[in-house]
Amino acid sequence: MTTVESSLSRAQPGLRARLDVPRRITLAAALVVIGAVALLLGFIVWRGLQLFVASGVPVAQIFTTAWQPDPLSAGTNYGLLPFIGGTLAVMAVAAVIATPLSVGLALFLAEVAPGWARRIVQPAMEVFVGIPSVVYGWLGLVVLVPYLRTQFGWMGFATGFSWFAGSLVLSLMILPTITSISYDAFVVVPADMRSASLALGTTRWQAIRHVVLPTAATGVATAIVFGLMRAAGEALAVQMVIGNAPVIPTSLARPVTTLTSQITLDMSDATGTWNEALWTMGLVLLIISLTFVLIIRRLGRRSTPA
Amino acid sequence: MITTPAKRIGALAFAAAMVVAACGSSSSSPSAAATAAAPAASTSGSSSIAGPSSCVDGTITASGSTALQPLVDAAGKAYTAACPKSTISVQGGGSGTGLTQVSQGAVQIGDSDVTAESKLASPDAAALVDHVIAKQGWVVVVNNGVTGVTNLSSQQLQDIWACPNGQATPKITNWKDVGGPDMPIVLILRPASSGTRATFKSVVLNGQPECAGQALTEDSNGAVTTAVGQTPGAISVIGFAYYQSNKDKVTAISLDGVAGSVANMTDGSYKLSASGHMYTKGQPSGLTASFMDYMMSDPIQHTLIPSLFYAPVK
Repeated sequence: MTTVESSLSRAQPGLRARLDVPRRITLAAALVVIGAVALLLGFIVWRGLQLFVASGVPVAQIFTTAWQPDPLSAGTNYGLLPFIGGTLAVMAVAAVIATPLSVGLALFLAEVAPGWARRIVQPAMEVFVGIPSVVYGWLGLVVLVPYLRTQFGWMGFATGFSWFAGSLVLSLMILPTITSISYDAFVVVPADMRSASLALGTTRWQAIRHVVLPTAATGVATAIVFGLMRAAGEALAVQMVIGNAPVIPTSLARPVTTLTSQITLDMSDATGTWNEALWTMGLVLLIISLTFVLIIRRLGRRSTPA
Repeated sequence: MITTPAKRIGALAFAAAMVVAACGSSSSSPSAAATAAAPAASTSGSSSIAGPSSCVDGTITASGSTALQPLVDAAGKAYTAACPKSTISVQGGGSGTGLTQVSQGAVQIGDSDVTAESKLASPDAAALVDHVIAKQGWVVVVNNGVTGVTNLSSQQLQDIWACPNGQATPKITNWKDVGGPDMPIVLILRPASSGTRATFKSVVLNGQPECAGQALTEDSNGAVTTAVGQTPGAISVIGFAYYQSNKDKVTAISLDGVAGSVANMTDGSYKLSASGHMYTKGQPSGLTASFMDYMMSDPIQHTLIPSLFYAPVK
């Protein structure tokens, strides 16, 4: 490559510079993005630490359960456990609901579906992604919440606003994410492996169960983690249906709250230390997301399909 | 005749456009605005709001309280309609945002439901000048299925709402204890940072903490109205204007025997109300000062303010 370029530049002066233009453009784009990410991370970390640095709240206090941020009442306490617990709980149940559905759908699309079915389901998935979260939240509020209250009141859904309602709405929202990434993992499993399995006399289901699924396992795990990440960051739709009670989640039928939900509830009016506590919630959310990114990278290193 | 605030504002925009058109000024597109707003005006029949007595040119921004936003926005439009060289931009964002921004000098006016002292550090609060421009009121509302309850005393509301001294549940948790049906009470709160919740806490609860762990929390008047409307046994508090436009969805409850109305708020007999503040950093000057004077003028205080369900302060 180098020798070709240098001989070219000898042959035609200025050509080398022109060849360099795309490289510079792409490099600039990369630098802008890296810079933006670094600035964002730096800003959130800096603001998120002010609660401890500027206001002198002990770090251990955020791992308590009492959320009493109002400076006008006696004794403030910035316990973030209800929000951290709520975020993890709502997210986990959403993943439990969405994973079997999504992986099943992805397998159907990749292994079973005739061409025409794929042509219907894939655009349908894209529509799913395109629906704004406020619409999911609104549907949850006017359809799901009253339904849970009237049909499942005997199970403890006193108001319908609940951990379960939040998880169900979220599961619908992360379904396309998990489906499309799992689908990609299934289609890259080499056809030869399937053919070899079938040639040995296995049924199609046995081939899927013992060849396709294990080969694509890391890809599917990555899909689930991406789904969890999307779930952790979703605010609006969840906030509309979970009731936002700052308590440690104990029952799927009871209201809980999440980090994102509390940030959006309080951000317009909280000032001073209270405001700093919201930034600390943002930092905690960032740490949760970064943990997922690390998990995905670890999975990516392990996976070597084809 | 009952009209929604939105219609009133529409009518006002129409009236404003007419003023501009009548003056023959070179406003950008008065005819288009007039045509668009005309249907709203014809159904509301609202009278026009007179502009300020004298114009000051310039550009200012007010931000903050969403409860005061319809009023400040309507007044700003009436001012700029009469004074086309002035620009008054009105934004929401919440009282805390408005106070922070005016304190930083990012905006000229910070609208707030609560005093600056309750939101900002004392040196920042001391640098702001308070202009009380209206009174705003809130009404206790319940789900339409809660029958037989038309009035609640402050004591009863405290027993429904408050968890003093680390108590886990409120004293009263069933409507039958206050004369209603045998049905659990579902308490719906606003976020702790909201002006509505702060006012209710100080006026009705005497500062006792709410039972937040037992309650639902919804982040706006609209979300609260929807939640109360569809949840059996629900009770919450919403602003007057929101109640006026949702009278069929929720039921209003009198407080200590006094109905929540503009008249009762104006004469001081209804206590669940608070001053609407507009803060400036230091004494206002230029367009800001002129707009503040206009807020206190008769057209705003006695025509616009009651029409939007606020009460005048002079």
